[in-house]
Parts: sequence; C-alpha cells; structure tokens
Amino acid sequence: MTIEGLRMLFVDDEEELVSALTERLELRGIITVGATRGAEALEYIDGQDFDIVVLDVKMPGLGGLEVIERIKAAHPGLPVILLSGHGSEDDAERGLELGAFDYLMKPVKIDALLATCRKAVAAARLSQ
Amino acid sequence: VRSSREPDRALAKSPAEPIRPPLSGGGYARLRRQVVLASAGVALAPLVFLTVLNAMRYGTALRAEAIQPIAALTANAERTLEVFLTERRAALSFVVRDRPFDSLCDSEVLGRVVRTLNLSLEVDAFVDLGIIDDSGAQLCYWGPYDLAGRDYSEQPWFSEVSRRGLHVSEVFLGFRNVPHFVIATRHQLPNGGFYVLRATIDAELFAEQLLTVPAESGDDLFLISRIGVLQTPSRRFGPIFENTTWQPDVSASGTTMAEIRDPGGERLIVGTAVVENSPFVVVLARPYREVMQSWITLRRELAAVLIGSAILILGVILWGANQFVRRLSEVNRRRAFLMHQVEYSNKLASLGRLAAGVAHEVNNPLAIIGEKAGLMHDLVEMEADFPKREKLLGLCASILRSVDRCSTITHRLLGFARHMDVATESVDLRSLIDEVLGFLHKEAHHRDLEITVDRDTEIPSIESDRGQLQQVFLNIINNAFAAVEDGGHIDIAFGVPSVGGVTCSVTDNGVGISEDAMSRIFEPFYTTKTGVGTGLGLSVTYGIVKKLGGEIHVESTQGEGTRFTVILPRERSQAT
Repeated sequence: MTIEGLRMLFVDDEEELVSALTERLELRGIITVGATRGAEALEYIDGQDFDIVVLDVKMPGLGGLEVIERIKAAHPGLPVILLSGHGSEDDAERGLELGAFDYLMKPVKIDALLATCRKAVAAARLSQ
Repeated sequence: VRSSREPDRALAKSPAEPIRPPLSGGGYARLRRQVVLASAGVALAPLVFLTVLNAMRYGTALRAEAIQPIAALTANAERTLEVFLTERRAALSFVVRDRPFDSLCDSEVLGRVVRTLNLSLEVDAFVDLGIIDDSGAQLCYWGPYDLAGRDYSEQPWFSEVSRRGLHVSEVFLGFRNVPHFVIATRHQLPNGGFYVLRATIDAELFAEQLLTVPAESGDDLFLISRIGVLQTPSRRFGPIFENTTWQPDVSASGTTMAEIRDPGGERLIVGTAVVENSPFVVVLARPYREVMQSWITLRRELAAVLIGSAILILGVILWGANQFVRRLSEVNRRRAFLMHQVEYSNKLASLGRLAAGVAHEVNNPLAIIGEKAGLMHDLVEMEADFPKREKLLGLCASILRSVDRCSTITHRLLGFARHMDVATESVDLRSLIDEVLGFLHKEAHHRDLEITVDRDTEIPSIESDRGQLQQVFLNIINNAFAAVEDGGHIDIAFGVPSVGGVTCSVTDNGVGISEDAMSRIFEPFYTTKTGVGTGLGLSVTYGIVKKLGGEIHVESTQGEGTRFTVILPRERSQAT
C-alpha cells in the first residue's frame, strides 16, 4: 500500500526531533502532526482523524504507556507504534500488551519507521 | 585449523578467576608449621613423659630384681669363707684344750696335729704350725720351712695377737715366697704367761673355697683386702696382690652393692661383703650388660615403641595439618573466587545501569541529529541545482553513518544492560550457529572468507537461552571476522565434555591477541579495534555465558590466530 496521504500523529517531548521528523515525513507525502506532550496528543486525537500514532515512551507528564492506554480506550482501532531511547524490555512488553503494534528504538531510520507504519496501517485496515 | 592442544597457546585468565587468596604461600607454610608444632607438642609431650616415667620405674624395679642374686651369691661366698676360717680357729682352740702346753711344744706332735686337722677338715689347708712364747720367739715349729727359733717380737701381727688374742693376716708371700696367710691365737699359761699358736693357711686352698659358690660363668668372684689389694687372682682386676684402686665400703655390715668399672672400662655391678674377723672382703663382679640385660632389652623396646609412636603421630599430624591447610586454602580460594564473582557481577550490574542511562540520554539527541541530517539530505536531494549539492549530500550521508555507528553502540550498551534475564528452551547449538552465520553470510561472501562448520560430531540439545546464545556467538564470530584478512579461514567445531553439555570453539587464522590484551579481553570497554569497537562485545559475551552456567576461554598466538571456546551445560541446573 502507498503511504502518501497517510495522517500521522508524532508525539515526542524532544521538540527538535518532532520538527525535523515531521518535516521529513511531510516531504514523503505523509500528513504529520507533531506533539511534544501526552495531553496535547490526546487533544489532537480527539479533534482529528489519524491513521497512525508514533509515540515516545518516556515523556514528562503523561507518559507514552498512559497515552496509549487512553488512545486504545477511546480509539481501539488506531494503530500506535512506540518509540523509545531507553530500550527497556519491560516497557516494550507493557506497550505491546496495551495494544501497540510495534516497539522501535531511537534513533530510527526513517525508512524503517515508514515500513513499520505501513505494516501497522495495513494490519489495522485489515482488522477493520 | 590448528589443534586445540597446541602447546604455545596461552590460556587467558578470565576476569572471574580468583586474583589472590587471603593467605599467600608463605602464610600457609607458617600456619602448617604452627599447627604441626602445636599438635606435636600436645601429642608427644605426654607420650615422652609417660615413656620416661615408665622407663625409670621399670629400670628401678628391674635393677633391684637383677642385683638381688648378686647380693645373695656374695653373702653366700662370705658365709663360706667365714665358716672356713671359723672352723680353723675352732680346730686350733680344740688342739690347745686337748693337749697341755708341754706335750704340744714338739715339732713331731705339731706335725701330727696338722695332719689330723687337715684330715678331719678334709682340706689340707694347714701348711705348718708353730708355737711362739710371749717374748716372740718361736719355741717349736712343724712345717716345710726352717722357721724354728725365729723371733716375731717386732712383727705387727704378734703385737696384735698379744693384745687381742686373735689375728688373721692378709695374704702375703713371707719368707717362703708363697701366697699364704696366718691364723694366730693367744693362749694363757698357768704361770700367767701366754703362748701363741700360729698356723699358716695355703691361700690357694682358701681361694678354692670360692669355687663352691654357684656363680655364673661371667662372674668374677675374688677377695680383696680392706684397702682394695687383691687377695686372690681376679679375672678382671689382675693377679694376686694387684691394687684394684677401688676402696670397698667396709663400714657397712652385710652385703653392699656398687657400680664400678674394671681396668678395661667395662661397667660392672659388684656385691661386697666383709668376712667376719678377717681382713678379707668378698667381691662378686658381674658385667652390667648381663645384669641389666632384661632392662636393656626393655629399654630398647620402649625406645622403639616411643620412636614408632612418635613417627606415627608426627605422620598423622603432618597429614592432618596438610589436609587442614589444603582445605583452608581451598575454602579461602573459593571465597576469594566468590567475592570476586560478586564484585564482578556488581561491576557488571553497575555498568549495566550506567549503560542504560547513557544509552537513553544519548539516543534522543542522536535521533535529533539523525533526523536533522536526514532532513538536510532530503532538502538538498530535492533541489537538483542546489549549490554544492553533491558535497552536501556526502556530508549528510557521513553524519548519518556516524549516527548509525553511535546507534549501534547505544543499542549494544542496552543489550549489555539487559542480558541478566534468561529464558530457557531446548537449543540445538549447530542450528543456532547456522542462524548466526546467516546474518553474516553477505560479509563472508564479499570478503571471500572460508567458514567451515563441524557437521560430524554428535552433540546433544541443551536447555538454554536461544536469544542470548545468538548474541554470544554473533559477538565471537564477528570478532573472528574482524581478526582475519580477506580470504581468511574460520573453523567452528563442537565437542561433548566428559561432564556433559556441549563445547563450541571458533578458531580463526587472524592476527591473534597479545598477552596483555589476553588478560583484559573480557573487561568491559576494553578494545583493540581503534575507532571501531565499543569494547563491550566480549564483556557482554562473558556475562551471558556465565549467566547461562557456562565457561568461556580464549587461546591465542599472535600472528597465527585465536580460538574462543564456549562450554555450555546441558541444563541450566548444572550452572555454577
């Protein structure tokens, strides 16, 4: 499937990372909204439609695991990919238990991210 | 591929081996010496004390028992001689009482008297007989010598017999030059005067009386005067009249015992007894070695028992001390080993936590760098006429490669931090190696590396952690790849150790490892790959293998190659 036109919410507390990655994704035809806080991400999700959410695990305030829990509660079909710099297996397992599609380690190559996104969206659409 | 028994390969010291036991070799030697001395003192002192005490008691008892027969024989001899002399004195008294002085003082009568006495006493001991008046003149005489008319008034014996009434002389040669002694008795005359009856006794016949005493063959039975001059010949002290230079104890009555040495230096036990009313002392000498033979034998046996017991005790003590010190040394070594293991585990755990923290902190900025560089790359790539486009694209690619490299490091750091948890499953090590080689197939192909895997050795499946083992062998084989030149050779072999489990050795013909590097090869952050390695690969590998209950060894010869050998238990329960 093509990923052009895909609507993605990218959430990470590193603003520089959000801005750069958002722009790169936009260049690849992905409509990307960036957020630097968990609460902000939840507001976006409630207000807009997204095909996929890429979510950092460790964030101040609402952490990635709490955010995914709430997303899955409100939008169970919305695929979520976890992104972390820590690499904790516990976090990965917990995230997958909560419904994350996959767990990726920072720094991630954009092609690898897009490939995972493609799979996640395809799987989500298939399940619908 | 070289044999695993090549002699020139040094076995690397793994970091978990004991560094130094609490006591050094000298300390153990000193401890062993102290244990031996203390134990030997406690064990041997009572033994020696009791043995010496027993020896003294036995010695005293045996000596008393052994000298008793000598004392008895000596007393026996003294009685024999005393009876001999008493008989002669009594016989002379009888002669005086039997005949009046006038009829007696005739040489022929005296001759008959002598013959009668010798006959009645069954020994021809009387040699002659004479009568001396109170002025000292010999009035009449019978005997083999011409002694009639002799004047004895100046002789000491005459004075003594005049005063005491009896005189028994020491043995002397006299005018006749034959050993003899004299018995003289004084007799009163009716006119108030006196006369002396003087008889000469053959000293040899007197000495023959000693032969009737049942002495033993080694005994020396003889007579001496009260000042130690021999009165009869002695086997040990010489002929008659020889001075023994030994002063017998004549003050004591009965038999006295003494220890002396003969002129030859031999130790003797002697019994002495003074013959009543005579100048004679009976001496019975018996060699000490004969007297104390039973004591000497017993003493020898006691010494043998003492020495044997001491040797046995010392042997047991030495054995015990060696066992004690050896076990103490083992316990100390094991304790040092465990302490080192704990220390090493703590170090690994601390490093793990540090690594995780560093990785997390580094990954985020690394991701930003990567994305910014990626964005630059994207933007430049989209503009075909961007000034210095190719240069910029190259720079961006360079940054992205460095980010990748850093990413590899941080991911390994996180792997290092994670390797503590183990999931057990059945693992076929050969297929696991095949999987690992699958990851590296492309590089091996590009570099024309020859990789051989042992397909012949039968190896059992083991219960272990597949993911962790993959990491172990990926690290080891990656190292082998790094060590060999293009076209190099890597050999992977399997074995089954006698204690069970599986061994897998990875041998390369690469550059080898120096002695210095060998001693530090499993330390975290130690690397010889300047600018390329993280120094964590083998440390992580070591930690995983130990966690899985296995062992890892490395042998290497510089310029020839390196062999890593991993020994894995068949089940994790075998883990130590």
